[in-house]
Amino acid sequence: MARRLAYALQAEDIAAEPGYLQRADPRFKTAAMLVLIITVAWAHQLASVWSFVLLGALLAVASRVPLRRMALQAVLPVLAFTGLIAAPALFLVPGPALVTLPLAGWAVTEPGLHSALLLVGRAEASAGLALLLVLTTPWPQVIRALGALGVPAPITAMLTMTQRYIFSFLQSAADMQEAHHSRIMAPMTGAARRGMIASAAGVLFTRSLDMGQNVHEAMIARGYRGQSLSLDTWRSRPADWLLLGFAVALLAAVIGFHL
Amino acid sequence: MHIPDGYLSPSTCAVTYALALPFWYVATRRLKRELNTKLVPLVSVVSAFCFVIMMFNLPLPGGTTGHAVGVGIAAILLGPWAAIVAISLALLIQALFFGDGGLTAFGANSLNMAIIGSFTAYGIYLVLAGRSPVTSLRRVIAAGLAGYIAINVSALAAAIEFGVQPMLFHDASGAPLYAPYPLSIAVPAMLGGHLTIAGLAEMLLTAGIVAYIQRSNPQLLERHAMAGGGAGMSARGLALILGILMVASPLGLLAAGTAWGEWSAQDFADPSARAAIAGASLNAAPPTAVPQGLQHLSTVWTAPFPDYAPAFLKNEALGYMLSAFMGVGLIILAYLALSALIGLARPRDGQHA
Repeated sequence: MARRLAYALQAEDIAAEPGYLQRADPRFKTAAMLVLIITVAWAHQLASVWSFVLLGALLAVASRVPLRRMALQAVLPVLAFTGLIAAPALFLVPGPALVTLPLAGWAVTEPGLHSALLLVGRAEASAGLALLLVLTTPWPQVIRALGALGVPAPITAMLTMTQRYIFSFLQSAADMQEAHHSRIMAPMTGAARRGMIASAAGVLFTRSLDMGQNVHEAMIARGYRGQSLSLDTWRSRPADWLLLGFAVALLAAVIGFHL
Repeated sequence: MHIPDGYLSPSTCAVTYALALPFWYVATRRLKRELNTKLVPLVSVVSAFCFVIMMFNLPLPGGTTGHAVGVGIAAILLGPWAAIVAISLALLIQALFFGDGGLTAFGANSLNMAIIGSFTAYGIYLVLAGRSPVTSLRRVIAAGLAGYIAINVSALAAAIEFGVQPMLFHDASGAPLYAPYPLSIAVPAMLGGHLTIAGLAEMLLTAGIVAYIQRSNPQLLERHAMAGGGAGMSARGLALILGILMVASPLGLLAAGTAWGEWSAQDFADPSARAAIAGASLNAAPPTAVPQGLQHLSTVWTAPFPDYAPAFLKNEALGYMLSAFMGVGLIILAYLALSALIGLARPRDGQHA
């Protein structure tokens, strides 16, 4: 939980940098990234898929996003997780053998290697592009951009408030855990820890209902009657249209030329 | 169980979004009608609660730890429709801001966990808890089992989505383009982890929270915490939907061929059926002779209406519809008979068991 909180705070610093993506209109940037992620899913050629990984790296450099941060938050975790899932495919997908492992005698097949590289490449490219969007755009702007792209207003309002209260509950959960640990004199048994966690979750649920009621009353007291309005004053630039046009052109090329 | 991007094809993702959309729409409409101005603030904080629950690392017997999804507790305490919205929002935030689960796969993740998981947990809980007192142990056990079964049903749905990818999406050489494992690997791989670690975590957390709420705030278990009614639908509405489905049952005839693994003993001797079996089995040729066990067991029972085609009806579509009516009628009769038996076995007021 503490790691996620720290990542969220660092993201705000990166979003404030004068980089390429940071200057882009959030609506166009969100749309372009979604189109690029869909394009990655549609690509069938290894070269196409991995070129999107390279594109993500180039966009990160242009946007002053530390590549180390990209590696720690996207590249390495995806490589570990998806690599582990894809590894057996090297041997299980039937086809002509490329190389046989000397001790185990397992044969790495050509279709198996192709499938594994496609899966890992897609996961890397998609994770990198999604991370770039979030690192270069303050989260509330991402949500408002979704609203501009057609997501219903009540949903974006709920997303905004949910995002805010996640951190409040994360802090509450961390505080409860610290309070509990400061009051115990010996390591807890597994059953005792499970009971503590279940009780903490129950307390959080009750608090969430109470908080929801209080927030609702506060909103009503301030004139809320169920409407969700936005005060966005975004103005698009030619560079924003270029970014979106580039993403759409890539999608068209991948679909049209079966890349 | 959060499916990342790249594992499912764009068309699979589109289908899951299409399946999830009507549930999102109905859930939001129902909640708006029941909660009105409370919709945004209440669903937001509960969604935040669901998100945080997913991050709890629960120690399990045996020394390992696991994460729960919270689908069981959300469905039991909020009702299935509110749980759909709250968990979907939590999943979207996880996908968008934390890279947990993909954006193109958000439809699939919501379908599996928020929709299928919520309805499964809610239904199982209602059936198992019955009319037992709110503070009874039976409710705790029902909640635990509801969470366990729901998470495994969600995992099965995800496994099926993974498992059909190599069959449907592969290049000219047969190499899978997305998730590379067929159903025979995807299903046991997904269920293995969820029947043990993840399912256990879900069961323990769901039961634990219900037990805590029984002590601290049992009123929350007497009604849904967010709405008055939850998932009720009138009997007339259900009957109408059932009637429509029965009349539409001949649509099943559009699917040509025999489902994998449903071949009869005669199919092994039929050249065209053998070709279909091979085609559906990654070109593995079926045995030249019918397997003995299959031959023997296939004669144990002969159905009155084999393949949903009564012999006295020449029209396939009518035969399908008649089979649907008869099947539903038999289920209703069986239910009535069971209810009557249970009613006879229960002690009446003033009588001992």
